[in-house]
Amino acid sequence: MRRYFSRKLLIYGLTFFVAVTVNWMIPRFMPGDPVASMVARANVNKPEAVEAMRAYYTGLFGLDQPLWQQYANFWGALLRGDFGVSIWLFPTPVSEVITRAVPYTLALIVPSVLLSWVVGNRFGAYAARRRLLDNTVLPVGYVLTAMPYMWLAVLLAWAFGVILGWFPVAGGYSFSMRPNWSVTFLLDLLHHWALPFLSLFLVALGGWAIGMRNMIIYELESDYSNYLAALGAPSRLIRRYAFRNAVLPQITGLALQLGVLVAGALVTEIVFAYPGLGSLILKAIQNKDFFLLQGTFLFIVLGVLIANFIIDIVYVVVDPRTRAGMAGAQA
Amino acid sequence: MRNRARIMIPLVAAGLLAAACSGGGATPTPPASQSQSQGAPAGANPDQLPRNETLYTTGTQWGPPPNFNPIREWDSAVGTKGLVYETLFHYDPNAAKLNGWLAESGSWTGDTTYEVKLRQGVKWSDGRPFTAKDVVFSFELGKMETIPYHHLWDWLKAVEAADDQTVTFTFAKANYQQWDFNLYTRSIVPEHIWKDRPEKEVLDGINENPVGTGAYTFLSKDQDRVVLQRRDDWWGKTALNMEPKPRYIVDIATPSNEVAMGMLLQKGLDLSNNFLPGVANLVKGNFGLTTFYNEPPFMLSANTAWLVPNTTKKPMDDPAFRKALASSVDVKKIVEGVYGNLVKAASPTGLLPQWDAYVDQGVVSSSGFAFDPAKAKKLLADAGYKDGDGDGYVENKDGSKIGLTLIVPSGWTDWMESARSISASAKAAGIQITPEFPDFNALVEQRAKGDFDLLINNERQLSNSPYTYYEYMFQLPVQKQQNTVNFARYQNEQAWALVQDLDQIKTDDAEGMKKVISQLQQIHLDDMPVIPLWYNGLWAQSSTSVWKNWPAAAGGAPKTGAVMWRNWLELGGFETLTQLQPAAS
Repeated sequence: MRRYFSRKLLIYGLTFFVAVTVNWMIPRFMPGDPVASMVARANVNKPEAVEAMRAYYTGLFGLDQPLWQQYANFWGALLRGDFGVSIWLFPTPVSEVITRAVPYTLALIVPSVLLSWVVGNRFGAYAARRRLLDNTVLPVGYVLTAMPYMWLAVLLAWAFGVILGWFPVAGGYSFSMRPNWSVTFLLDLLHHWALPFLSLFLVALGGWAIGMRNMIIYELESDYSNYLAALGAPSRLIRRYAFRNAVLPQITGLALQLGVLVAGALVTEIVFAYPGLGSLILKAIQNKDFFLLQGTFLFIVLGVLIANFIIDIVYVVVDPRTRAGMAGAQA
Repeated sequence: MRNRARIMIPLVAAGLLAAACSGGGATPTPPASQSQSQGAPAGANPDQLPRNETLYTTGTQWGPPPNFNPIREWDSAVGTKGLVYETLFHYDPNAAKLNGWLAESGSWTGDTTYEVKLRQGVKWSDGRPFTAKDVVFSFELGKMETIPYHHLWDWLKAVEAADDQTVTFTFAKANYQQWDFNLYTRSIVPEHIWKDRPEKEVLDGINENPVGTGAYTFLSKDQDRVVLQRRDDWWGKTALNMEPKPRYIVDIATPSNEVAMGMLLQKGLDLSNNFLPGVANLVKGNFGLTTFYNEPPFMLSANTAWLVPNTTKKPMDDPAFRKALASSVDVKKIVEGVYGNLVKAASPTGLLPQWDAYVDQGVVSSSGFAFDPAKAKKLLADAGYKDGDGDGYVENKDGSKIGLTLIVPSGWTDWMESARSISASAKAAGIQITPEFPDFNALVEQRAKGDFDLLINNERQLSNSPYTYYEYMFQLPVQKQQNTVNFARYQNEQAWALVQDLDQIKTDDAEGMKKVISQLQQIHLDDMPVIPLWYNGLWAQSSTSVWKNWPAAAGGAPKTGAVMWRNWLELGGFETLTQLQPAAS
């Protein structure tokens, strides 16, 4: 068991190191100079003043040092938990920008990922081998899963927001409200959360339902199912065993899909002007805000790695064979 | 697994149901109990802002509010300058005159001394009185090297407080035109709070709890908004007999114009300063939206879009070629096809309509240009640019091919279309132009280094004087990096000397200004350092569902701009707020 986890941790550590390095590198190799555009925005027209500001900010962000030194500083600061100061939202610290945005992103991603997975699996399992459902659910599932997140998001925003006016099209809560703990405010939060959640939920749902339906059919045709059937076991029992086996690949699938889901959530946030990480990343790229970009990516990388690690643990818990395999390896 | 799923399904259902039940509009009307009693500003701290007392605006800020520092005129939170901090004067572009604001009056008492009389009874929002010392302090902040108005001290010698109500500015050289610009641009900050701040704090401080003289204070902020609350003890109520009507202003950061459009249609927004293509249809349809004009160009003009040639490169270094290029651009097609008439074609001088009085019609009629492909061809041929190899495009005088690129930022869809249109119409004249769409930051870098052929730019706004316009066009010396002005790198000592002469003319001497400006126009039209294309609009779409009496050209409506953009509140944006009326009344 210990060897299994230490190997996993080593792999995660390496992934983290590489991801963070790439994440440091990419913005620095994009064209354009962040300080130049920052100074350009200041609209100062005397050349000497421009030079003074430029020199000042270049020093402030440490962009005048050689690249290797910047890289070393970056790791140093990271280990101290210091993400630097945002260039775009100067002079707000990156950690503060992210802390304010993260609750919104998590509130979208966590429920939509978990619920779509659970509901999708249940639904797919239920639909398998039921002709009527199979003929309706399957095509709908295919359509949903093939749909780009933002496209569904735009459709939803247009239909339920602009045309019907049932849901707001922007913001994390009403612009007439200030955060407080009243029921009105919480309902308002929920009201703004519903459409972005739904668009993430629906797209993911289709994928899981189809996957599960196919797995169940495969399992129902396997030898142990036929054997159980021959023994006269009720089909309910057979389905339950089939479900347990079929769910394992779905767990692996969840781990693989996480990155895609997070990316989808970011795009959806932009469509609904939801104040999470999505629009921050977009603006950080547009403004060459190295530090904000590093911070947000780091957060996402960490999030995905942690989620994967949890799935690894879950896998050990739900699949006895893993445990047996590990015991075998140790023996 | 099964059990967990069973618990979760009803939870989702309940969640969705609750969300649907609370539906029915983005801006719920507040219950009666929430409305505030009129005379209690201190207690007016509601968690739910009453819709009929709140103004919702967007189109200035694109992300979380970064700072509340009025020194950072370019990225501070919306309203920092104009609503919270104030300037000595406001400028009225229609009447072309300065109106006293924190200053009651100001006048030149000598050739190089300017005296400002301040208003009495002005108080900072912390209750301390505003005095001449605050004005002296604010201008002396400019002595710090990285402060944006540091260059003021190249020609300003001293600022002194004669008494609590009088400030005297003594100049080494009186740049009258620039001085007026500074009078209505620079925020006055309280000395008693700012005096111990080091340079780093002055330039880079967040200034978390701003204390200003203005009509509003910040009530709260969040990722996507700032909320401002009216000060009921604001000095202007008695001194100016003005009161901004909205008790609350919520400025929303919309990530894109599409979102702003959606919110306007939901009536969740009162004023959008976004560029919304196709808004002409909405104004004509029955959507409760208004713009300044109810016919083309719909908007007031805010700045001029120019085609900027890099005059250090061949063949753009040849005035004859630049003039041919100017004649080859079909601006009308861009105005109609790309903008749907939301903008106005520029006059050959490019001076904004508000500066019409300064246009010398004589110069324009003798040296102006218009779209004329035949003339463009002739100009090219006369100057020696011929199509020797018969590919439809002219070559350089030495026979080498001409292949120019025109860069505009990727994602700026209107400019991208315009670039394509320019390329197509130049082709008819025999000039090969390929549009390219680099990332905005890459473009800024290319522009700064002079690593481009042609670009479109509009970075000079309406101001108190065409001086700022010609400073943009002619400023010398040309640096290795040109960050804000003269991207064309055009060098003409005579023109720059004239621009400086213009600066030395008193702002009430219209005839003197016209004489110099006429000469500048002649140089501009003869040499074409930049080619004026169209006037970009002061994009303003307002909804009449909650607030009415928005500025309009027709009838007795206010003529100021409805705008929350930075540095525009002093140009009439604030006055617009005082003219609003609740739609219900």
